[in-house]
Amino acid sequence: MPILEHLWIIPLLPLLGSAINGLLGWKWPNKIVHSVALSATGLSFLCAVEAVREFVANGQQTFRREFFDWIVAGNFRAGYDLQFDQLTVVMVLVVTGVGFLIHIYSTGYMAHEEGYYRFFCYLNLFMFFMLTLILAANYVLLFVGWEGVGLCSYLLVGFYFLKKSATNAGNKAFIVNRIGDFGFMLGMFLLFRTFHTLDFTAIFARAGPLPSEAMGQFGVLTVACILLFVGATGKSAQIPLYVWLPDAMEGPTPVSALIHAATMVTAGVYVVARSHVLYLHAPTAMYIVAIIGCATAFFAATIGLVQSDIKKVLAYSTVSQLGYMFLGCGVGAFSAGIFHLMTHAFFKALLFLSAGSVIHAMGGEQDMWKMGGLASKIKITFWCMLFGTIAITGFFPFAAFFSKDAILFAAFNSENGGKALYAVGLLAAVLTSFYMFRLIWLTFFGAKRYDEHHVHVHESPLNMTIPLMILAFLSLTGGWFALPALLGGKDYFSEFLAPVLGSGEIAGLENAHNLELTLSGVAMLAAIIGLVVAWRMYAKDVKEGKSEGLHKLLYNKYYVDELYHAVVVGPLIWISRNVLWKVVDVGVIDGTVNGIASGTTAAGDTVRRQQSGNTRSYAVWVLVGALLVFAIIFWPILRPALFGGVW
Amino acid sequence: MSAELVIFFVLAGIAVFGAVNLIVQRHPIHSALSLIVVMVALAGLYLLMGAEFVAAVQIIVYGGAIMVLFIFVIMLLNAGEEERTNFSKLALYAGIPLAVAVTGLIAASMVGSKAAAALPAAAPDTLTSTRALSTLLFTEFVYPFELTSFLILVAILGAIVLAQREN
Amino acid sequence: MVPTNYYLLLSAILFGLGIVAFVFKRNIITIFMAIELMLNAVNLAFVAFSQALGRPDGEVFVLFVIIVAAAEAAVGLGIIILTARNRRSLNVENVNLLKL
Repeated sequence: MPILEHLWIIPLLPLLGSAINGLLGWKWPNKIVHSVALSATGLSFLCAVEAVREFVANGQQTFRREFFDWIVAGNFRAGYDLQFDQLTVVMVLVVTGVGFLIHIYSTGYMAHEEGYYRFFCYLNLFMFFMLTLILAANYVLLFVGWEGVGLCSYLLVGFYFLKKSATNAGNKAFIVNRIGDFGFMLGMFLLFRTFHTLDFTAIFARAGPLPSEAMGQFGVLTVACILLFVGATGKSAQIPLYVWLPDAMEGPTPVSALIHAATMVTAGVYVVARSHVLYLHAPTAMYIVAIIGCATAFFAATIGLVQSDIKKVLAYSTVSQLGYMFLGCGVGAFSAGIFHLMTHAFFKALLFLSAGSVIHAMGGEQDMWKMGGLASKIKITFWCMLFGTIAITGFFPFAAFFSKDAILFAAFNSENGGKALYAVGLLAAVLTSFYMFRLIWLTFFGAKRYDEHHVHVHESPLNMTIPLMILAFLSLTGGWFALPALLGGKDYFSEFLAPVLGSGEIAGLENAHNLELTLSGVAMLAAIIGLVVAWRMYAKDVKEGKSEGLHKLLYNKYYVDELYHAVVVGPLIWISRNVLWKVVDVGVIDGTVNGIASGTTAAGDTVRRQQSGNTRSYAVWVLVGALLVFAIIFWPILRPALFGGVW
Repeated sequence: MSAELVIFFVLAGIAVFGAVNLIVQRHPIHSALSLIVVMVALAGLYLLMGAEFVAAVQIIVYGGAIMVLFIFVIMLLNAGEEERTNFSKLALYAGIPLAVAVTGLIAASMVGSKAAAALPAAAPDTLTSTRALSTLLFTEFVYPFELTSFLILVAILGAIVLAQREN
Repeated sequence: MVPTNYYLLLSAILFGLGIVAFVFKRNIITIFMAIELMLNAVNLAFVAFSQALGRPDGEVFVLFVIIVAAAEAAVGLGIIILTARNRRSLNVENVNLLKL
C-alpha cells in the first residue's frame, strides 16, 4: 500500500488513538487504554518505516502532496500539504520510534496513576501535532503543529493538576512558548510579505537566487530569520526563553523524556534546519543563532553543575545540548545539528527514562542527596544510565562523540571568532562531563543516604527496562553512520541529508581530516577531565554542604526567574490589576454598560413625569398633539400664510 | 357700513361675550346659560348667512335639547361653585400660550391662505333651500344619515345603561 | 355683505375661547360645555364656507355634527353622572386615581 500517497495516515493514527482514549477511556481498564495508545503509535511507526522504504525505493525523490485546501484567500493558499524528504526521514523515524518506546515505558511508569487514560490521550495528541509539524510542507501547517505541541506540553506538564507547582509550571511553559510564538508569527508575516507564499518549496526556490545579505545588514531575510529564531528560542529553550524547561520537570518523567528531550524541544532546531536556505542568505542571523546557542550551552551547563534534583540536572543538560545543536546550525553545519538532534534524542530519552526508573525505585524521591549506593541494587537501570552518560559526554564510540565533534569542528572553522565559539563549546563539554558523572557518583555510588526502612529499592518491571535497553543500544550505535568518516571514508549521515541541507563541507581547508581527528581527541580529553574531577569530588562519601557564594548563584539559576518576575511579570500584573481591571474593565466597560442602563432609567424617570395622573395636564397634552398634527397637515397653507403671505 | 355688517358685529359680540362669560363664571349653571346665549347668537348668524334650516335645527336640537340636558344634569348633581384647586402646573402655565397658538394657527390657515383670499364673498340674500339640503341629505349623504340614526340608538342605549341604578 | 373671512375669524376666536375654557375650568360639566362651544365654532366655519362656495354640502355636515354632538352629550353626561357619584366630587382634579 503506497503510504506516501496517504501520508496523512501517519499523524492520523495517533489522533484517533487520542480521541478514542479521551472520549471513552475514562471507564476502561488500563490494559485497553494503553493497547489503543500503543497500537496507534506503533502502527504510526510502522507506517513511517514503510514510507521511508518507499521514499528510498523511489530514488530519494522529494515527495510533496497537497491533500486539501485549508486557507485560500486571493492569491494566498495554505493547504494541508505534506512533504517527505531526507530531513523528514530522520525526524519522522526519531519521533515515532522514540515516541513508541516511551509509550511502552509509560505503561509501566504510570501504571498506578490516577488519570491513566488522560495521560495516554495527551501523549497521543502530542504525537499527532509533532508529526504534523514534521510532515508539513508550509509554514502555516508547521505552525499548527508548533502550537499544538505547546498545548500538549501544557497539558502534560500540568498533568498532576491538583498540585499548584505543576499547574504553575504548565502555565509558565505555555506562556513563555507563546512569547516565542509571537516572534515566529512575525517572521511568518514578514516571509509572506516578501515572498507572497508560505510554502517551503516556493519560498526556498524564490529565495535561492537572491543575493546574500551582508554581515551586519538587517535586511528582510535577516530579520525574518531572527524572528523565526525567537520562536525557536521559546520552543527549544534557549536564552532568553529557556526558563520554562526546568520548571516543566513537574510533569511525569516520560513526558520529560518525550517532549522535553527528544521531540518538542527539537522543533526549533528542525525549523532552523528546514529554513537553512533563508539562513544561508542571512549571515547576521546565523551568527546570532551560533552565539546564543553557544552561550546557552555554557550557561545551562554551569547551572547544572550544582543542582540536587536529578531531573533538574537533566533539564539543564537538555538546554545545554540544544545550545550545541543551534551552534551547529549557526555555523552552517546544519546536518551536524540534525545529527546531534538525533543522537541527543536517543541518549537524553535514555537518561530521563533511567532517571524515572531510579525515581520509581526510590518510591518517588528525586533529590540526589537522598540517594546513593544504588548501583548494586538496580543493575539494569544503572548500566543504562551509565551508557547514556558515556554517550552524552562524548566518549568514543558512543553516539555524541560523532555528533558533538562535528559541531565543534564546524565551529572551529567558522569565520568571525569561530575559535572563541569552539573554546566555549569545549569548556561546556568539560562541564557536561562533570555534572553527568557527578550525577552518576551521587546516585549510584557512595554510602546510602536514605532510610532503608522507608524506601524499598526495587528494579523496574520489564515494560520499563526493555525500552531502556533499546535506547541504550541506540545511544551506542546511533553515531556509527559517521564512523567511516573517521577513517577517511564517507559520512553517511550528512551524505544522506546533503540533498536537503547542503553538504556543509568547508571548502579549501587543508588537512581537514587531520584537524578533525585532532579536535576529536581534544574533546575526548575534555570528557576525561570532567570525569576525573567528578570522581575526585563525589565518588567517595560526600555530604551536602552549605550553599554560598558562587554555588548559591548557580544553584539559584543566576536568579533569572526572579529577574524576569521583577522586570516583566511584576509590572504586567500591576498593569493588569490597576489599569486594565480597575480602569478599563470596571470603569470604562462596566461604566458604559451600567451608564446606559442608568441613563435609560434616568430618561424613563424624566419621561414618567408626563403621566401625572392629573386630567387637566392630559388635556393640555392632547392639545399639544392636536396642535402638532394641525401644523403638519396644514403646513403648505401655513407657510405662505405665516411667513410672507397675505398678512 | 351695511346693515348686515352691523348685525354681524352685534351677533358676533354677543357670541364672544357669551363665550368669555362661560369662562369667567364660577357656577356651572351660569356657564350653561352663557352657552345658550352663544348658541342663539350663532343661530342668528346662520340666519344672516341664509342657512335657515340649520339655524332652526341649532335652536331646537342644540339649545332646546342638548343644553336642557346639561341643565338637568347640573341640577341632578347639585353642582356647586367651582373649587379653586390648581394641581396641574402644566395647565396653568401652558394653557394660554397653547390657546393663542392654536387660535393663531387656525386663523392663519383659514384667513391668511391664498385659497381663502380666493373665496368670493357671499352673495346677498341667498337662501339655501331646504329642498336642496334634504335632496343632498337623502341622496348623496344617505349612508352617513342612516349611520347617525344608528348612532343615536346606541347613544340612547348607552345612556340608559350608564345611568341605571345599581340593583 | 360680510366677507367670509370675518366669519372664519370669529370661528377661530370662539374655538380659542373654547380651548381656554377646556384647559382652565375645573368642573367636569363646564369642560364638557367648552367642548360643545368648540363644536359650535366649527359649525360656524362650515356654514360660512357653504355660503361662500354656494353649495349646501357644508350645511349637511353641520347637521351631522349636531346629531353627533347630541349623541355624545347623552352618553358623556351619563358618564359624568357616574363619575360624580363615584368620586363624590365634580372637580376634574379629583379624578386622579392614576396619580402615583
